[in-house]
Amino acid sequence: MSTGNMNLTLQVWRQKNKNSAGKLVDYKLSEISPDMSFLEMFDVLNEQLITKGEEPVVFDHDCREGICGMCSMFINGQPHGPKDLVTTCQLHMRSFKDGDTIVVEPWRAKAFPVIKDLAVDRSAFDRIIASGGFVSVNTGNAQDANALPIPKIQADAAFEAAACIGCGACVATCKNASAMLFVSAKVSQLALLPQGQPERYRRVQSMVAQMDEEGFGNCTNTGACEAECPKGISLENIARMNRDYFTAKFISEEEV
Amino acid sequence: MSSLSKAFTSSIGRKFVMGLTGLFLISFLLIHVSINALIFLNDSGETFNVAADFMGHNIVIRIMEVGLFAGIILHIVQAIMLTAQNNAARPEKYAYNKASANSKWYSRSMGLLGTLILMFLVLHLYHFWWPTKVAVYTHQEHNTFQNIVMIFQELWVVVVYVLGVISLGYHLLHGFQSSFQTMGWNHKKWTPVVKTVGVWFSIIVPIIFALMPISIYLGWIG
Repeated sequence: MSTGNMNLTLQVWRQKNKNSAGKLVDYKLSEISPDMSFLEMFDVLNEQLITKGEEPVVFDHDCREGICGMCSMFINGQPHGPKDLVTTCQLHMRSFKDGDTIVVEPWRAKAFPVIKDLAVDRSAFDRIIASGGFVSVNTGNAQDANALPIPKIQADAAFEAAACIGCGACVATCKNASAMLFVSAKVSQLALLPQGQPERYRRVQSMVAQMDEEGFGNCTNTGACEAECPKGISLENIARMNRDYFTAKFISEEEV
Repeated sequence: MSSLSKAFTSSIGRKFVMGLTGLFLISFLLIHVSINALIFLNDSGETFNVAADFMGHNIVIRIMEVGLFAGIILHIVQAIMLTAQNNAARPEKYAYNKASANSKWYSRSMGLLGTLILMFLVLHLYHFWWPTKVAVYTHQEHNTFQNIVMIFQELWVVVVYVLGVISLGYHLLHGFQSSFQTMGWNHKKWTPVVKTVGVWFSIIVPIIFALMPISIYLGWIG
């Protein structure tokens, strides 16, 4: 498989399990093709490790086409590596140079404990969604497309928020390990549409409460999350979530 | 815990307090810099002393002064709480984090800049606020302008003040627009305006402040 001409040194975080201490381990790779994806390069590394009788590096991946949100990896100090708007699986080795040393670490956050090596437990995100990131309606048959008029600008904003794949790059890169970009995208995609209105103010309170409980940090508006998000989720969502939260807490009389 | 107190101890609630007190302190800076700029009239502090005397004795201003200190303390206390939570949210640091690729250094250094401002503030209060208070409560005449001229004769004081306002400038450069974002005031039309005003505010106000000790030390004003 390795038919390229790149020689690389990888420094990969190896950690046995949640409770053990980890460390960076050096691996030399040769004849890596620049057309390989970053994960394919890891497949090559793991093949070599297995042949040598060593433990392969554990990392998360699924669709490998940038839409599932499973792949992670903090590559050379940036989540999903140096390229904008790509996930690790869509990052190619041509983004690196022959002879490069590449440091690969897992997402680091208290709320994302390491399972093994580069795989972290992101079920905190699932619990935030379960706390309110849904609409409670019996959908019945599909309605006519125009039964519920939604302004184009509103629909587009909801769609852009819904593009979040929940990979956790925002948490990984935030200096405070804050999950506010993720939570705000999930709050916004429903708050912007008519179907999300009945539970709008209950939802934002529940989701923020769950976010705080999971031990994520607080947003300081550095904008790192927006810059690193592979789906280009905007900080406007955080402002919208804050507005909805203040409305819910200070104006709405409903207790959540 | 009641629903409202829960709101204020949540992540967004604490940020709300940070943003609101930040905006309040910004409004104070505007008043502070405007009144102090009266020394540039170069009339031996005549006009400035009238304003300073009013600020020192007027009952409304003195009540607002209590609010100002409350605002500063609230801003600091919330910052400490939030920073403690933020540090706890990432117990194990990255071996290699290329933060410069995605954010400005001053946006990541608000705690450090704030601490520098606080250290400066202690000296600043000792220099100017304390003598004024002593004069008010002992019913003595106090020439604020003369006090300023006297204090800014020392080079190290001038240097500390200039460094203090540079810290303030960078703190504002992030804080001004950040407080609007935290309050939820993000808008396609208005956010660019807020950001531009914020940048100019963060440059102009510290420069005017810095010019005060510099002009007095160099004898342009006296």
